[in-house]
Amino acid sequence: MAFYFVQFLTGLASAASLFLVASGLSIIFGVTRIVNFAHGAFYMLGAYVAFSLTERLSGPLGFWGGIVVAALAVAVIGVLVEIVLLRRIYHAPELFQLLGTFGLTLMVEDLVVLIWGPDDLVGRRAPGFKGAVDFFGQNIPSYDLFLIAMGPIVLGVLWLLFQRTRWGILVRAATQDRDMVAALGVNQKWLFTSVFAVGVFLAALGGALQIPRDAVHHAMDLRIIVEVFVVVVIGGLGSILGAFVAAVLVSELNAFGILIFPTISLILVFLVMAVVLVVRPWGLFGRKEAPARRTPGLTVIPWRPLSSVERLASLVALAFAAMLPFIAGNYALTVGAEIAIFVIFAASLHFLMAVGGLASFGHAAYFGLGAYGVAFLAKLAGLPMIACLLLGPLLGAAGAAVFGAFAVQLSGVYFAMLTLAFAQIVWSIAFQWVAVTGGDNGILGLWPEKWAASPSHFYWLALGVSAVVVSVLRLVTFSPFGYALRGMRDSPLRSESIGINGKRIQWTAFIIAGTTAGIGGALFAYLKGSVFPDNMGISLSVDALVMVLLGGVETVPGAIFGAIVYKALNIWLVSQTDWSKLVLGIFIVLIVVVFPKGIVGVVESVMHRRRAVAPKAAALAAKMEGAQ
Amino acid sequence: MRRRTMLAAGLGLAVAGLAGAARAEDVIKIGEINSYSLLPAFTEPYRKGWQLAVEEVNAAGGINGKKLVVVSKDDSGKPADAQTAANELVSSENVAMLAGTFLSNIGLAVSDFANQKKVFFLAAEPLTDAITWSKGNKYTFRLRPSNYMQAAMLVEEAAKLPAKRWATIAPNYEYGQSAVAVFKKLLSEKRPDIQWVDEQWPPQGKIDAGPVVQAVAAANPEAILNVTFGADLVKLVREGNTRGLFKDRKVVSFLTGEPEYLDPLKEETPEGWIVTGYPWYSIKTPEHDAFLKAYQAKYNDYPRLGSIVGYQTIKSAAAILAKAGSTDADKLIAAAEGLSVPSPFGEITFRKNDHQSTLGAFVGKTALNDGKGIMVDTVYRKGSDYLPGDAEVAKLRPKD
Repeated sequence: MAFYFVQFLTGLASAASLFLVASGLSIIFGVTRIVNFAHGAFYMLGAYVAFSLTERLSGPLGFWGGIVVAALAVAVIGVLVEIVLLRRIYHAPELFQLLGTFGLTLMVEDLVVLIWGPDDLVGRRAPGFKGAVDFFGQNIPSYDLFLIAMGPIVLGVLWLLFQRTRWGILVRAATQDRDMVAALGVNQKWLFTSVFAVGVFLAALGGALQIPRDAVHHAMDLRIIVEVFVVVVIGGLGSILGAFVAAVLVSELNAFGILIFPTISLILVFLVMAVVLVVRPWGLFGRKEAPARRTPGLTVIPWRPLSSVERLASLVALAFAAMLPFIAGNYALTVGAEIAIFVIFAASLHFLMAVGGLASFGHAAYFGLGAYGVAFLAKLAGLPMIACLLLGPLLGAAGAAVFGAFAVQLSGVYFAMLTLAFAQIVWSIAFQWVAVTGGDNGILGLWPEKWAASPSHFYWLALGVSAVVVSVLRLVTFSPFGYALRGMRDSPLRSESIGINGKRIQWTAFIIAGTTAGIGGALFAYLKGSVFPDNMGISLSVDALVMVLLGGVETVPGAIFGAIVYKALNIWLVSQTDWSKLVLGIFIVLIVVVFPKGIVGVVESVMHRRRAVAPKAAALAAKMEGAQ
Repeated sequence: MRRRTMLAAGLGLAVAGLAGAARAEDVIKIGEINSYSLLPAFTEPYRKGWQLAVEEVNAAGGINGKKLVVVSKDDSGKPADAQTAANELVSSENVAMLAGTFLSNIGLAVSDFANQKKVFFLAAEPLTDAITWSKGNKYTFRLRPSNYMQAAMLVEEAAKLPAKRWATIAPNYEYGQSAVAVFKKLLSEKRPDIQWVDEQWPPQGKIDAGPVVQAVAAANPEAILNVTFGADLVKLVREGNTRGLFKDRKVVSFLTGEPEYLDPLKEETPEGWIVTGYPWYSIKTPEHDAFLKAYQAKYNDYPRLGSIVGYQTIKSAAAILAKAGSTDADKLIAAAEGLSVPSPFGEITFRKNDHQSTLGAFVGKTALNDGKGIMVDTVYRKGSDYLPGDAEVAKLRPKD
């Protein structure tokens, strides 16, 4: 009995650490609608700064003072980031801020190694909380008891802050309806900045408080970021109490789950999230979001099919791309094939995100399923390459059909997080089912057959397939189906009232996107000669998001350019420097500031403005002539 | 090296091409890949190790008169990126052979690439048994003592313990899984009386140490096998110390004696764990003294195990290239099979039957000295004593 009680307390201590970080993320998202990917980076910075301070300052005051000062210092960094970077992009398309904070995260991961060195750092134990308390023969670390108390204390302070201060009232109002708060004359700028500061402070505090029990190292952020997102979503976005309950739920299920299934930790949070979101689409304590007031269509330059000149230009560009084997060597061709494959992958996500308005955080699942489909067919069934390429993507299609049916019931960030949960479940199956998938050692020896083996042939194959896929997706975009899909994106209510079966349309779009991603994955398996669970991991999903956002989510061809720029740059940087993350991060942040609509987005709006100005001037001149 | 490549790229392709053509006659290039950005704690000392080796090789006249050049690439911890890097090294840099890698899945990916492209590959660090056995191929050799070898060395000590009830804690991925599987198999063979009472599989890098420690303690084992390392190990040790998990229990632990993993623990180092590792401070052989002196003189830092691995990878590669007298893959394989080379740990041999080197490891106990973790009572275990013979290897390896 004593054991179960102590295990329960241990779970509570884990929950407290999780809650501190999650509450900050929840507040930031609730008010600013920023998916703050850099939250984990702030958590990590908090731990690093606190480590340095507590090593230098002595005594209990030095330790606790060091923790608080570290959290404050990181909060100041957070304020700077908000003012310098985020303020510029609040009006960018939804999720664009994700790109900026992703860039920051990449930078911070390399910067901490540059500043603090590559070794794991182990900080001091907390003065006064070094030992353990005996409970019927079981030891409870006294620091755990401290953390268990911290959870409710922080929850209480936040509650007071939100319920009893004017600032809190404004924050709650903004969480519910940002535009109305702005209309009532509240200075949104400083409200957002202060909210961001509080959120970052909590993240850094959460990191700093890990010093006595964890090692400080440069991958801490990745370890926590996804988990806190999940906690926030399970609890319901913007709900602090929800985050607390979700943190406790997840931690306790883990603490007791490992007694029966020792391997459960790998996937537990995602299972919980999938179940919660399927049953309660807005999380445990979340409320259904009010329909967006702003018509999204107004900010977008109307889409149109390519003019015949543009079509010709695209064909010429394709022809030029097809000439590459005559001038470039084998390495360049293989890189070219990889880029072509990622164009397919990015275009498939773009179709879902831009045309369907459904941003998936787990799109790599279908890419990976396509790759594994090929691997199973080739290795287990021994099918020839053509058959594998044709049938392999069907596994992606099947996965998309199953998961999509659940996912399209949701929208916005909840949709995104459910796709992430499904992707992680698929990933963990590939990772854990060693007998069939080979686990993380993957499936090897999937090399292309003779006719496609030479780099130039494989490059032509990848280029050809990607040209076909992109064209087909474009055709679908401008088909009646595409219009219905965009209708659902811009106004679900109006579309359904004119008789469009919205969910069905979105589900179909999900399957189309999943299948095309699977085609990319199938080619990728042959390009690399192997498949690994990595091929469906979170980082690949994030890469796809970054490509789409970089190119411009409000444009039709954005994903193509995003994929080419990002992938080429990434490969080149990894080859040239060990600090590729730092350079890539700086580049992404610059792009975000200079091209707040993505690369293609900005180019298009400049051209659109030119085009709009020219006829107006002509008309004006005509009028004046008429008057004379 | 990398900077020079960048500079060359900056100066213009034509210039670089000319320079390359002029130099190609008198240099031999080795293409090296490792997880520099993902695992700097291991790969920084590793890089220092191989840079020292390159310097020494060239100071001694290079390889049959030609200068040795190592072109090094980062794989960002992903098998797919490692293959891109391998491809660049082979196709654009025209390297004579590939070397390096740390993570098992990356090692396997590069090994498969080498097999496909018929390039010689000397895997430095990956521990998975698959790379020389179940997925072994004729182009791939491996330097470090494998999972199986380390397990066999530890089992030898573990079998001497009176403990009958054992629990295991291992990261939930291939390395942890196969370490536990081999250890269990070998120990149960030696000691049929042993019971396996609990196993914990925290995700790699994400251990929730409190509940794991509690769960293991609840099973009340007499001894524990640990396979976690890095930050997970730190968390496990801290929680275990506070909760008294290691009190009156024997712990056998993979790799924990390596400075990379032992040093961060500082005063929290648990005492009396039976570990494999690298006690650079207490090895008194002429070969190691020479290495240690050269390393400390160059870097003003002490070597980690990674330094040894990096150093010996390039030293071995140079010996193979020198013996082959050619960069042809088949000649390199012929030269490497059965080749004996000196190492800081004494002479090692690349076995003909499975392409595994006989580099061994030190087995000893952890202890605290002046607030620092060290290994004591260390013995060097030769790799050759812990590897199966020809008949068994033939069963384990696919036919070429």
